[in-house]
Amino acid sequence: MKTVQLYQLAHARTGDKGNRSNISVIAYKADDFALLQAQVTPERVAAHFAYRKPTHVERYLLPKLGAMNFVLDGVLDGGVNDALNLDMHGKTLSFHLLTLPITIPEEGR
Amino acid sequence: MEKHLAVGAGAGFSGDRVDAPAPVVKTLIERGGPAAIIFEMLAERTLAHAQLDKQRDPTKGYEPLLELELRPILADCLRHDIPIVGNFGAANPRGAAAHIQRLAKELGLKPPKIGIVEGDDLSGPAGEAIVRKYIAKEYAGRPFASANVYQGAMEIAQALKQGAQVVVTGRVADPSLTVGPAVAHYGWAADEWDKLGGATMAGHLLECGAQVTGGYFADPGMKDVPDIANVGYPITEIAPDGSCICTKAANTGGLVDTRTVKEQLLYELHDPAAYLTPDVVADISQAQVTQVGKDRVHLTGVRGHPRPATLKANVFFEGGWLGDGEISYAGPNAEARARLGAQIIRERMGHLLTLRFDLIGVMSILADDSGRMLEKSPVGNATDVRLRVAGAHADEAVIEHLMREVTALWTAGPAGGGGARVTKRKRLSTTSCYIPRELVPARLSFVEGP
Repeated sequence: MKTVQLYQLAHARTGDKGNRSNISVIAYKADDFALLQAQVTPERVAAHFAYRKPTHVERYLLPKLGAMNFVLDGVLDGGVNDALNLDMHGKTLSFHLLTLPITIPEEGR
Repeated sequence: MEKHLAVGAGAGFSGDRVDAPAPVVKTLIERGGPAAIIFEMLAERTLAHAQLDKQRDPTKGYEPLLELELRPILADCLRHDIPIVGNFGAANPRGAAAHIQRLAKELGLKPPKIGIVEGDDLSGPAGEAIVRKYIAKEYAGRPFASANVYQGAMEIAQALKQGAQVVVTGRVADPSLTVGPAVAHYGWAADEWDKLGGATMAGHLLECGAQVTGGYFADPGMKDVPDIANVGYPITEIAPDGSCICTKAANTGGLVDTRTVKEQLLYELHDPAAYLTPDVVADISQAQVTQVGKDRVHLTGVRGHPRPATLKANVFFEGGWLGDGEISYAGPNAEARARLGAQIIRERMGHLLTLRFDLIGVMSILADDSGRMLEKSPVGNATDVRLRVAGAHADEAVIEHLMREVTALWTAGPAGGGGARVTKRKRLSTTSCYIPRELVPARLSFVEGP
């Protein structure tokens, strides 16, 4: 087994509504979806964003698209009109999620 | 077989590229068959700022780029029966309609029939009274600035059925701009949920312009996008059953593939089985995307469920002022000097307001307003660092004080500080609420001359 960044296996996009961020995670290869489903869990995503103190993290699975959608509540410091962050939408968060370490088999890659 | 309805996107936000619509219109004309072009130009904050513009000057408050967006395409659209549907009315749809009539006259065109969809604006005393009943208690004492409720597609469809060549709206749900032309063209009933759901997701693919054609997507080496500098804007061909093919303007850069479509399908979605709009609850939990040609992706399997009984309203309150300032340091010990600059501002201003610090080049946008992430990032030796300080306060004078303090780092701060910049802007705080739709009906009217 070896460890890679989620970035090697999936792409992602962030959207925002108010103080809520959603981050899609989409497998490049349909075959990797089960692996992602097992390892990119709401608990791990919540821990990855712990410094933003999410009040809730929900994961929705879309197996037909090889995708999952994470909804993180309370992570945008109030959202686009209130946050002091330069990135008041949290648009850059998708690539932060893609740094999540994933364990994959050695062979065949 | 008659061609399906094609709906193109001319813009995906306020301030979008003004050279984007022309290739879309050209493609729609060359394709032939029924077509429409939509302009989605209202983000959550755009409308609130348009309301402020209108309060300052009653002739303003609609999309500032309206004329630049429409001038290159208005004549072609009118000549080829391609209706233009846009929420570029923002806080002042009548102002936008009048502007379009002036533009048509200037271009020597017969005055177009313009449908105006209103009823979204709850900023007056009657609207505020409704909103106050439905917002959370914590907002009761806040100074109300403006509110707009998301209207749906049915009045847009009605306008088109009655011959409107342009439809100007204020706040309507983004996908409703696309659902309107589809309902008008196919004559769907308001409860054909699966069809409405399909068209809603077609609209969702269009509503951010280039975001489905390679924009907000390109990642060199991983997700390469050809000729992205000339990225073309999207077109969806909507079938009578509500499914669609997503493609883009001909002879442009960018790409449409299953990856771009999946990313945009999920953009700003929460529960994929329940995407709430005024028209329908769209459900993409069983949706599939298939590449059916170069830059052509088929979206199928979208379902719809009965529309919600309430409409969402965004409500804005006066939020005081937001100010920020930046100054840069370079070379040996630059990071330590930037950190010293932050310490000086904290010491001189920290007792007056809550401050956010960024060390651009070390740790900035990933961090949180409370500074937990920055605190945790180890002190390093970055040699090109821009210190940013941001704060908000009810009193404009405090924000101006903050700006002066950042500027003073030039002469009274760490060595070698350069490029100080300070800005301030009025801040609007926001919340949303859900209002029974019968309390906030949409209104349709027409103007047919200047």
